[in-house]
Amino acid sequence: METDELEDLYGETILDHCRNPRSHLPLEDADIVADGVNRFCGDEIHIQVKLDDDGRIAGVGLQSVGCSINQAAGSMLAEVIEGQSLDRAESVSDSLRTMMERGTTDDSEPLPGDLQSLSGVRQFPVRIKCALLAWSTLEEAVARYRRDHGG
Amino acid sequence: MLDVKAIRKDFPILEREVYGKPLVYLDNAATSQKPRSVIQALVEYYEGYNSNVHRGVHALSMEATDRYEEARAKVARFINADSTESIVWTRNTTESINLVANTWAMDEINAGDEIVVTQMEHHSNLVPWQKVAKEKGASLRILPLTEDGTLDSGEFDSYITPRCKLLSVVHVSNSLGTINPISELVSRARSVGAAVMIDAAQSVPHLPVDVQEMDCDFLAFSGHKMLGPTGIGVLYVKRDVLERMEPFLLGGEMVLEVWNDRATWNDLPMRFEAGTPNIADAIALGAAVDYLEALGMDNVREHEIQLTKYGLDAFKELEEIDVFGPSDPRLRGGVISFHHSDVHPHDLGTVLDRQGIAIRTGHHCTMPLMRSMDVIATARASFYIYNTEEEVDLLVDGLKQALQYFADGNR
Repeated sequence: METDELEDLYGETILDHCRNPRSHLPLEDADIVADGVNRFCGDEIHIQVKLDDDGRIAGVGLQSVGCSINQAAGSMLAEVIEGQSLDRAESVSDSLRTMMERGTTDDSEPLPGDLQSLSGVRQFPVRIKCALLAWSTLEEAVARYRRDHGG
Repeated sequence: MLDVKAIRKDFPILEREVYGKPLVYLDNAATSQKPRSVIQALVEYYEGYNSNVHRGVHALSMEATDRYEEARAKVARFINADSTESIVWTRNTTESINLVANTWAMDEINAGDEIVVTQMEHHSNLVPWQKVAKEKGASLRILPLTEDGTLDSGEFDSYITPRCKLLSVVHVSNSLGTINPISELVSRARSVGAAVMIDAAQSVPHLPVDVQEMDCDFLAFSGHKMLGPTGIGVLYVKRDVLERMEPFLLGGEMVLEVWNDRATWNDLPMRFEAGTPNIADAIALGAAVDYLEALGMDNVREHEIQLTKYGLDAFKELEEIDVFGPSDPRLRGGVISFHHSDVHPHDLGTVLDRQGIAIRTGHHCTMPLMRSMDVIATARASFYIYNTEEEVDLLVDGLKQALQYFADGNR
């Protein structure tokens, strides 16, 4: 098997997130709730976000059904955005999208947490949507939250 | 039996490598590969006698018309239609079904009527009927499946009742491989006075199909799944039914005489073929029919039964994998659809792809079926005349490696 290329896609970090998804328990009393579906794969993602008084992300719940890339990307999202502002979560999402499109981010700083390990997905174009589902879902939900709350 | 070694030499694409590995093409239910003779028919048309049909008095046009109509006659003979005029060219199976939904069904289906389909239909034999039912105030009834992915014949009488005006059913399921009991279904439909449409996209390429024996009113299939080019499909309609149908698309070719305020319709089947048709691809589909007839459809079917049997036996080694559909290879087409409880089909598909093995993963355009089986997607290997037992071995080995890869780390 072409293990080198497959390692790029399914590195140990990704497999670890699949096997032990972070923050996978549903969160009660969430301020932001988001559900996303990728029709191509049948992937599903369900995200709950709890904000503190300063508007920072105090807690995350994330449940996913689907392929390993979708599950790992979701688990990484949960890990990365906790404790961050919504602005920061959005900018991380932008950076990840940029990396999927161009192979590098605009910023000099690397992607936070384990997100850099998703860079290999770029070599498998049909799977990019899997890596971005959780993030697109969060982005839409944050935009909706801002509209509803005048932010 | 087929001489697979010789057949493989007729398919140029089988010489190529994918990621440095010989191509193992097991996605034939999506589309088949093309033999040199089909590719050559396209080249000959465009290089030798490219021109429009049915209009010109010049030599090229007459030659093109002859070859084009000859292809229609070949298709008619191939499915044993009693009249060449029963063969309407379309783009594909989907267009064929939509043609019937937009013409015959709009005139014949009324409020309170029922249209019956099955739980294993491709979206293309479900969604058009949803629209007809909604617009006409008719209801759509879905024949349920049993555990092994076959139709529940105990339910035929309660679903196909005198209220049923149309039974539209897939012959061979693209997702499960199940071959449906057409004669039993048609005789029930006939007994209540219902018309019958058969989605034959997965059967005409793979087994002998005889429309007179089936006694269906409509039968639809695509050229590209039976060694032909994309963009050419067939709708068979019983001659007397077709004569009573209103045209679908209007314009050139389908008219006889036109005045400022009215027009009369051309003869069958041109009445249903508005505009310049897909001449090259129709002719090349004729070449594909020649190729299959030379092999013999009984032989094609036998080859796929043997390969499916070999595959189903080999899959028994993969204990964690569930295979869908009936276990008897004689009751199914050359399709093995499977699922692993922990590893998503797309992950399996990606790992196999890197070994040069092409399979299909996803919902196979049968979302309601996936829902009824309580899975979000399956992986599917589908065979054709050029596939070998060695390729099935490569698939099974590839799956073993993939499963081991994802299982490492004691999930």
